[in-house]
Amino acid sequence: MIRVVLPAHLRTLARVDGEVKLEVEGQATQRSVLDTLEARYPMLRGTIRDQVTQGRRPFLRFFACEQDLSHEQPDTPLPDAVAAGAEPFLIVGAMAGG
Amino acid sequence: MSGVRVLVGTHKGAFILTSDGTRKRWNVSDAHFAGWELYHLKGSPADPNWLYASQSSGWFGQQIQRSTDGGRTWEPVGNKFAYDGVPGTHQWYDGTPHPWEFKRVWHLEPSLTNPETVYAGVEDAAFFRSTDGGQTWQECPELRGVKGHLWQPGAGGLCLHTIVLDPSHPERIFIAISAAGVFRSDDVGKTWRPMNRGLKSPYELPDPKAEVGHCVHRIAMHPSRPNVLFMQKHWDVMRSDDAGESWHEVSGNLPTDFGFPIVVHAHEPDTIYVVPIKSDSEHYPPEGKLRVYRSRTGGNEWEALANGLPQRDCYVNVLRDAMAVDSLEPCGLYFGTTGGQVYASADAGGSWAPIARDLPAVFSVEVQALP
Repeated sequence: MIRVVLPAHLRTLARVDGEVKLEVEGQATQRSVLDTLEARYPMLRGTIRDQVTQGRRPFLRFFACEQDLSHEQPDTPLPDAVAAGAEPFLIVGAMAGG
Repeated sequence: MSGVRVLVGTHKGAFILTSDGTRKRWNVSDAHFAGWELYHLKGSPADPNWLYASQSSGWFGQQIQRSTDGGRTWEPVGNKFAYDGVPGTHQWYDGTPHPWEFKRVWHLEPSLTNPETVYAGVEDAAFFRSTDGGQTWQECPELRGVKGHLWQPGAGGLCLHTIVLDPSHPERIFIAISAAGVFRSDDVGKTWRPMNRGLKSPYELPDPKAEVGHCVHRIAMHPSRPNVLFMQKHWDVMRSDDAGESWHEVSGNLPTDFGFPIVVHAHEPDTIYVVPIKSDSEHYPPEGKLRVYRSRTGGNEWEALANGLPQRDCYVNVLRDAMAVDSLEPCGLYFGTTGGQVYASADAGGSWAPIARDLPAVFSVEVQALP
């Protein structure tokens, strides 16, 4: 079971409270987690990854276990603690402003 | 007539303003989609309970929301706007080729007859259609084939911001693109022609006969007379009497002919309204006085309408999608400002009052007269 924490606006859009818990088939990677997330919440398609290129949207970041995983390859395995559900996979809206 | 519903899109959410047919007292809803940019909301002429909204964010991209109960509840529908085939390039600001990239939906235009059919104008400029209530979107790619490689974004982006449907020719669609111009389809978007003859843009286009490249801000039509179109161009207010085949200037005695919106009175096809703005670098009313200008002669002769509007220290703008008319008698007018006010007139512009004063910057205003 993978725990995913969404930014507030995406929790509102998906109508969820708190963490999302996902059963991910196979190895837990960014791609498999996001594929599972979007399958359960289709309204999140395009909000985290571009609909066409599947690239991460520029103002979003992926954090876990106090690491920035944003620049990892989509098929790189997530940390064991995330795969085991001990730590959440954080989808973070980058702070932007001035 | 039981009431009026005004749909307001802003920089930080959507608001629905409602009143009875007298249009004297208004209720302002809580923010819908709080924190998101709402470039446009519009109701279906075929079923006023069907509303579509373009919701976007620099962080989270594009959403399309649909309501089938007049805005009480909403559901996100399809948000995949994929250009048809290999989209190629348009011109970038420096004249170099730049790949077409979807950024957002500027304008949603529901079909006149079927609430499940809706058209979308997007940035980078393209025309999309949905026939399943917004669940899926298909581009009409021939539009970008009309010299699209020469289109170059204006300061606001390469946006398809205006869609006008012709009620007497159901297959005819007019669209306008900033810094590209007006285009017309006579086969529901399959093929397109540029309709820019007579437009003069000497500051942007040295070729006086340029077919594309004109910075059209808005076009408007009265449904009873669809061959007559009015245009607020970057500079110049223009008119066509032949369904866009040619244009002539009707700026007349306007204090400045720069501006964004233009609308036509609901019952008088020759009565039109604009909001003059000082210049393209000073996006606020001349002399700090917010004035709507009305022509009852289809242009050239204009009168200022200022009763109830701020006449000093006013430095707001009125964006292209932020003005609308209702179909009541007398005709009602509405416009929103970048300062967050929505002004309304229940007497065709003779007097005005704010119906919301402190919203986020207003992007769009549409109105529905409810049966």
